[in-house]
Amino acid sequence: MRPVRVIPCLDIHNGRVVKGVKFTDLKDAGDPVEIAAAYDKAGADELVFLDISATVEERSTNMSVMSKVAKAVSIPFAVGGGIRTIEDIERILDVGAAKVGINSAAIENPDLIKTAADKFGSSRIVLALDAKKKADGSGWTVLKNGGMVDTGIDAVKWAIQAVELGAGEILLTSLDCDGTKDGYDLELTKAISESVSVPVIASGGAGKLEHFYDAVTIGKADAVLAASLFHFKEVEIMEVKRYLSQKGINVRL
Amino acid sequence: MIGIIDYKAGNGPSVLSAVAHLGYKAELVNTPERVLQMTHIIMPGVGSAGATMESLKELGLIDAIKTAVLENKVPFLGVCVGMQILFDHSEEDDADCLGFLPGQVVKFDREKVRVPQMGWNKVTFSENMGYKAEDDYFYFVNSYYVVPEDKSHIWGTADYGGLFTAAVCKGNIYGTQFHIEKSAKAGLSLLNGFLSLKGGRL
Repeated sequence: MRPVRVIPCLDIHNGRVVKGVKFTDLKDAGDPVEIAAAYDKAGADELVFLDISATVEERSTNMSVMSKVAKAVSIPFAVGGGIRTIEDIERILDVGAAKVGINSAAIENPDLIKTAADKFGSSRIVLALDAKKKADGSGWTVLKNGGMVDTGIDAVKWAIQAVELGAGEILLTSLDCDGTKDGYDLELTKAISESVSVPVIASGGAGKLEHFYDAVTIGKADAVLAASLFHFKEVEIMEVKRYLSQKGINVRL
Repeated sequence: MIGIIDYKAGNGPSVLSAVAHLGYKAELVNTPERVLQMTHIIMPGVGSAGATMESLKELGLIDAIKTAVLENKVPFLGVCVGMQILFDHSEEDDADCLGFLPGQVVKFDREKVRVPQMGWNKVTFSENMGYKAEDDYFYFVNSYYVVPEDKSHIWGTADYGGLFTAAVCKGNIYGTQFHIEKSAKAGLSLLNGFLSLKGGRL
């Protein structure tokens, strides 16, 4: 089995890393370039930046910061959040991001995935999929606009469709588990992982070391992502990697 | 001067950052005249083999690259798709490539592994280049891989549902399937080895 990736996620707002609960109560958490370099040094396999800007000016501030991040880190990073057009994607790749995450815009216009994958290659187009359990327990639906709108679309079907259109990876976030620290939604992760042929990043719910292991073994995730857990240093990246390695999971140590 | 071939949808800027990080001066080049003035040439790669070849053709760079690499023996490093196009032909877009090295580019088997391969993988280097790179993890993003006809061109291998060629070398021509510029310390160290070449071998 090939190495499982451990990925910290950073929210970017107006050129700074912020921590908050669901886009509210934002607190400044530091300089993205410094934090990214520190995670690189600490053994992160990749980074994900979520651009949570509300305005065009903030977005362009963030792009100039991403360009500095690109110079400061020696590992790949993806940027997601508010991406609507091919031009948005091009701008992000041009500043040095390895990948771009598309969420709401892909739901509204699935052809965006196809056009982007044809133009930039599947491996640079990540489907960011936010999912939530259906009330009747019969599966999961896809949410958009940062989890605010339930589209009613079946998450597994959407994942399959997006991969057929050319998405090269899925960043899967469980809105039920996000922020709970009770563990990833293993059933959801497994259902998506087993339905598509591209790598799946599990996100939402990590609270302790066992959760990462479960996401890989039970959820069949190819990568595990966490945000606050790493930011607040409740768990160190190398701690996760050593733990996984001791349990027989291949990681880059 | 170290030249990084600058073509549409390539990731030249990322490679430029990595080279600068190592303390070397480099520039993005997209004219035949500049290509021929370089002491080292790096061909970055993302996207598809077909699109990359088209882009090189549009820029009129193919003859200059051929002259620099095959006649002037300038050290050349192809990265990812930049390595794949060194071979005769790619299944991706059914593209005819540069043909500097004999062989084909084929797709990973979706039945056996997740495609694209995305993430870190351990590369084992052979010693037949007179230089032993240290075995280490490197970052891969690829759906296709090269199958060199001449096995002596295989410099490094990795396992993804079976062994595949992760790095190649023939004389002044080097190629890495992994993104050397995104492979943390291991990548920078290997890149440094390439950049310190003086018209010779690693």
